[in-house]
Amino acid sequence: MRALVAQSAAELRLTLRRGESVLLTLAIPVGLLAFFSEVHVLPLPAGVHRPVQYLAPGILALAVMSTSMVSLGIATGFERQYLVLKRLGATPLGRPRLLAAKTLAVLALELVQTGVLVGVAAALGWNPGGDPAAAAGAVVLATAAFAGIGLTMAGALRAEVTLAAANGLYLVLLLVGGMVFPLSHLPGGLATVARALPSAALSGALHSSLTGGGPGGGIESWVVLAAWAVGAPLVAALGFRWE
Amino acid sequence: MASIEVEGLSVRYGEVVAVDGIDLVAEAGSVLALLGPNGAGKTSTVEALEGYRPRSAGMVRVLGLDPARDHAALTRRVGVMLQRGGVYPGMGPAEALGLFASYYRHPLDPATLLGRLGLARVARTPWRRLSGGEQQRLSLGLALVGRPEVVFLDEPTAGVDPEGRQVIRSVVAGLRDEGVCVVLTTHQLEEVERLADRVVIVDRGRVVADATPAELVTATAGHSIRFGAPPGIDTAGLGAALGAGAVEAEPGEYEVATAPTPAAIAALTAWLAERDLPLADLRAGRERLEDVFLRLIADGRSGGGG
Repeated sequence: MRALVAQSAAELRLTLRRGESVLLTLAIPVGLLAFFSEVHVLPLPAGVHRPVQYLAPGILALAVMSTSMVSLGIATGFERQYLVLKRLGATPLGRPRLLAAKTLAVLALELVQTGVLVGVAAALGWNPGGDPAAAAGAVVLATAAFAGIGLTMAGALRAEVTLAAANGLYLVLLLVGGMVFPLSHLPGGLATVARALPSAALSGALHSSLTGGGPGGGIESWVVLAAWAVGAPLVAALGFRWE
Repeated sequence: MASIEVEGLSVRYGEVVAVDGIDLVAEAGSVLALLGPNGAGKTSTVEALEGYRPRSAGMVRVLGLDPARDHAALTRRVGVMLQRGGVYPGMGPAEALGLFASYYRHPLDPATLLGRLGLARVARTPWRRLSGGEQQRLSLGLALVGRPEVVFLDEPTAGVDPEGRQVIRSVVAGLRDEGVCVVLTTHQLEEVERLADRVVIVDRGRVVADATPAELVTATAGHSIRFGAPPGIDTAGLGAALGAGAVEAEPGEYEVATAPTPAAIAALTAWLAERDLPLADLRAGRERLEDVFLRLIADGRSGGGG
């Protein structure tokens, strides 16, 4: 138990110590939320009148993706390259506790992000409604899905390649994830592909659960999320090379 | 029971045979050095003992346990220092030692360990900004913090400055005195002479010698006299006078194939004096370990068919 607590705290400290990960997980989401809430240039889905109503759930989804996919994937890739994972394999910590610690650190950072983003969104005039428990469930599923994607890259690619790939994927999933730009404004074919990706599924589930039946994806989002939440970690586990 | 027992260990990577039937024994309270050129199979051997490498044949016991099957139990009793890396790049020595201490039930005090390793001054400097020697000392500390009974050190002093080397040597000597079994790999012969109770020389995955450092030197020493003198002296005449073959190995460097007895040395100096030849230097004592090492490697390759 002591080892798990110490390891989780260390993972969280290391993440917060890396400037680029704070930029990615906090500064960019807060910046996008504040900028596009105040500068009315974004297209809005039908029935939504103020940008913050649409942006707040979408940016929460972006924050989850940045922590569980990009930050976790890049950090783990470098830990593998620096033989940290190999070295930990020779300690009594063990792989199950290492994975548990990484999970706890990701969840803790997501709590911090949620607190900050909900606060900023409220200050910008957001009135959250709907079902927070359903939103939390969607976040947990999405965290498993994104962590699986991030760790698949970390366990198979060189750390520098993981760094580039994770950041590139982040940008793509941001653009076609219904997080900032509504899916309804994408070309038809692209929108169909986007709906099968975990980013649009998460933002859809958050939109519908937090705005009480807004432009969400309904049951379809949950099916997509659940499939990624099972499939991606499985692929990561099968392909992970520890050194 | 010995701390480490290895019989007929082989490690293969596909078609490549990295370790080809090695036997080893190491006792508690002793330092065993695995010595050999790069690529000799030292690291593969140690990694099989640590449980990192599956062995393709042979028997391995560490503290009576099988490193592959009983890995979890051994992690509590064995300390490991990798050849490089192994530490979070953003973590300083104090934080890393504190974290690793939390993995063990009765760890050493991290602050005391920092002092013993000479790292107190850089306790908060991130690993990636430490010098090579400081990184190696921190890796050593991480191997020791759980009070291990067996410690594996892979090239512990590689890239370490003389001062750091001194610290590492004194820590290793301290471990032996406390009853810990230390296995280290190295290609530095000085290290072996200073630290090891037993040295196993490995080349191309096989053991070419297994002895104490002193045994290695004495068993092979004392078969020649080497001296320096002006180039071009009459080696045939010298050989006849001493009753043994004499050769000029390099210009001005001579070797006489006879045991360095006082009589032989007296005959040599008398022969030179008669001809008024100066004697630059005379080496008749024990052979250096380096010469023994190089000769054993060469003998192993020519005899064993490599």
